[in-house]
Amino acid sequence: MVIDIKTVVTAVFLAIGCFLFIVASIGVMRFPDFYTRLHAAGKVDTMGQTFILLGLLFYSGFSLVGIKLVIIMAFIYIINPTATHFLTKAAYVRGLKPWVRGDRFEPYIEVEAAGDGGQPTRPRKPAGRLKR
Amino acid sequence: MSDITIFELAAFVIVLAAVPVLYRVVAGPNIFNRIMGVNVLGTKTVVILILVGYIYGRPDIFLDIAIVYALINFTAVLAFLRYVETGRLDK
Repeated sequence: MVIDIKTVVTAVFLAIGCFLFIVASIGVMRFPDFYTRLHAAGKVDTMGQTFILLGLLFYSGFSLVGIKLVIIMAFIYIINPTATHFLTKAAYVRGLKPWVRGDRFEPYIEVEAAGDGGQPTRPRKPAGRLKR
Repeated sequence: MSDITIFELAAFVIVLAAVPVLYRVVAGPNIFNRIMGVNVLGTKTVVILILVGYIYGRPDIFLDIAIVYALINFTAVLAFLRYVETGRLDK
């Protein structure tokens, strides 16, 4: 097996991306609260896929495959922060309280147990502020 | 050891990294944690699809599949969050 410089640079980029993916997984598992877990889910995951796709882009060079890799990178750069923003907005509108220092567990509201056709457990904010 | 390429190793590490997120999806305290875990798993799935394309030596067709999967995942997350937020889908 021939070790050339292209393979080495690709391996370094893939290693950085895999490290960021592992960090994101540990953060999603271990953070105490939904809003803090979104930091790991929104930012670190995006950077992990960025490094892995940069390594593959360096491996394949500038061709149609490279253009498709850039397209996927741009898609995920738009998609992941938009989904994170929408998750935060939905949780805030439904009344999920953030974690504060001193709480042992996550403040737990029963969103599913409302059972009255999707009515929020707390009165919604005025519609002029939060309406998109 | 000499037969394992860097793409196979990276795909294996990402599959291992998906296990804690799967725990969060199964045991998440409420619906928002589960949707967040599914979103993170979707990103990992896109990267694994691209790496599988490089393992098989045909990255062009697997990149098309990855683009389609990313867009479908995004649309599903947005539609499901709209349903959870407002209780309906038509506005």
